[in-house]
Amino acid sequence: MTTTVAASDGTSRGRRVQAGLLLQRQGALIALVVLVVLGALRYGEKFATGYNLSSFTGDTAKYGLVALGMTFVIMTGGIDLSVGSVAALGGVVAIKVSAHGLLAGLLAGIAAGAAVGAVNGFLITRLRLQPFIVTLASLLAIRGLALDLAGTRAAVAAPGGFQKLGSWSLLGLPVAAWATLLAFLVGAAVLRYTPWGRRVLAVGGNVDAARLMGLPVARTTFSVYVVSGALAGCAGVFLGSQNGSVDTAAGQGWELSAIAAVVVGGTLLTGGVGSVLSSLVGVLLLQLIFNLIVFENGKGAISISSYWESVIRGAFLLVVVLLQVRLVRRRRSVGRPA
Amino acid sequence: MNTRRATESRPGDGGATTTSDPVGSPVAGPPTGSAATIESQGAVWRRTSWQVWAQRYGALVALVALFIYNAIDTPFFLTPQSLLFVLLRQAAPIAIVAVGMAIVIGTAGIDLSVGSVMAIAGQVGATLVLHDQPFLLAIVAALLVSALCGVFNGTLVARFGVQPIIATLILFIAGRGIAQLITGGELQALSDPDFQWIGLARPFGLPAQVLLAFVVAVVAWLVIRLTVYGRHVVTVGGNETAARLAGVPVARVKLLAYVTSAVLAGLVGLITVSANFASDANNTGVGMELDAIAAVAVAGTPLTGGKVSVWGAVVGAVLLKLLQNTLISHGITKEVAQIIEGAVIVAALWLQRHEG
Repeated sequence: MTTTVAASDGTSRGRRVQAGLLLQRQGALIALVVLVVLGALRYGEKFATGYNLSSFTGDTAKYGLVALGMTFVIMTGGIDLSVGSVAALGGVVAIKVSAHGLLAGLLAGIAAGAAVGAVNGFLITRLRLQPFIVTLASLLAIRGLALDLAGTRAAVAAPGGFQKLGSWSLLGLPVAAWATLLAFLVGAAVLRYTPWGRRVLAVGGNVDAARLMGLPVARTTFSVYVVSGALAGCAGVFLGSQNGSVDTAAGQGWELSAIAAVVVGGTLLTGGVGSVLSSLVGVLLLQLIFNLIVFENGKGAISISSYWESVIRGAFLLVVVLLQVRLVRRRRSVGRPA
Repeated sequence: MNTRRATESRPGDGGATTTSDPVGSPVAGPPTGSAATIESQGAVWRRTSWQVWAQRYGALVALVALFIYNAIDTPFFLTPQSLLFVLLRQAAPIAIVAVGMAIVIGTAGIDLSVGSVMAIAGQVGATLVLHDQPFLLAIVAALLVSALCGVFNGTLVARFGVQPIIATLILFIAGRGIAQLITGGELQALSDPDFQWIGLARPFGLPAQVLLAFVVAVVAWLVIRLTVYGRHVVTVGGNETAARLAGVPVARVKLLAYVTSAVLAGLVGLITVSANFASDANNTGVGMELDAIAAVAVAGTPLTGGKVSVWGAVVGAVLLKLLQNTLISHGITKEVAQIIEGAVIVAALWLQRHEG
């Protein structure tokens, strides 16, 4: 059903579909802008500047990186449930290696993530196992590996260079936030302008068609999992450097919040359609809800239990999903030949 | 009745999907309606016999092998204490949830919300009991709330056409928050022997939860094998379009599958709360969805739907638990055991892969 719409023509049908997609994307963006403006008006200076801005973006950066990788995976019609465990592994490896220098730690964390991604990709493309269950198995196994490497305790970084990575900031924003922003911009450009990006969408849109066109389907799918693993590993490095440690529960549930962010951003789980930057919007939106609750409690007028956070996130996801269903249905009825 | 309609509809759908999709063949299968056709249809015949064999009995063989190994190697393994009260008692909750999961997976769905539903049911039951309500009311109310969760999931999937993984993700996220809100995240200590019967009692010298798991499995097995609903589940999962054309009430079949899964999860939530003497919304059922899906998958049931193996799910749950216990009892740390478990799941999938 889903086609690589963005690539298609300028017929009236294509344009209407594109308009629908645009609405889908901008819905999340509009909600984000409204919430930011609302927050800025209501909570003033403290909300939009200084400490809150840097801690919010630094925090969100990790989820952003994971969601970026997930976006590519989902675009091919796959899924990567292992990202949370991979982030934990990346953090632990980075902390272990960071004794040899900051850069070595960073690279080792990313490499560890990419290696797990390569194993996932191999199992999915060569052995043709289902992505859901393969990455579920690696969710279990990699968490075990990370815990084993850390000696079932929190891995603690030596004070010094590695921890500085988490505290450095540039123009008021932490390094992690800049790195994530850069990653998203590069990701968006790659998706739009490189053959690889077009292949990712083509594979997700229709595997058989992509194969018949002579596209290297297996290689493309494989590479998407490597990218997702590497980005998750990088997220783990930032986690470790910001906290100075990676505890045993690090990264738990990240896979599902990443999927939620991607969906909120408007990427369809069936693959073939999606936008990289809208996933960033999705991540920001879901994190902002939590941030606003903290501020609302800080005002003291009402007190919202932090348990509401997950309920509100769930409700939000529900609204987005229902809106999407309407859009997809409209698209389908439009897409049907008269 | 159903089969007649199915046969009639075959020429009507242009032969596009029904006949070419081997998994969807309950519709196109022999019109005898006998239960045996449910599991032995389609592509299975085209494969070499050992593959069929590995797919159907692989998990069971692994379980038996592991069992024999333990019987020889592990002291006190063959005692009722160890078998009933350690292995089966630990495996029972996973098995019950896995049976519900198997039905949902049979419709080509998935239910990520089972852990959260467990937490909600446990909280509802415990809270009512602690407020001096009769224990039966507490149990019924908890199961009703679980059913409501299932209706929520099922409505999203069946009526709105939301992808199952996303639809149940909503309750996965929100459900735990709801459970925590019931008591503000506080742990509730319990001591009500009547209410805790399902987690603690030993009728006929057997742990109640093991008995419950057995009853649930038998009932589910009979329903899947012998009833029209059972055939509908397989048909819907195998080929939804064909099922719809054949007059199967697809939406209702799916809805009922999610309700079943949620009620079974709620039951396990009550068992967990009872066995722990406390209801803890923060930890009840965390990771249960993964355990249950792994149990279903390790027994060779494809996640793409069209096949329900109730005993497979039970065998898978016991197998994974026994594997875990075996590794840990041999001095392998829980973490390394987890790595091996992941590898075993992948290996099982590879051995039982479903390719034409």
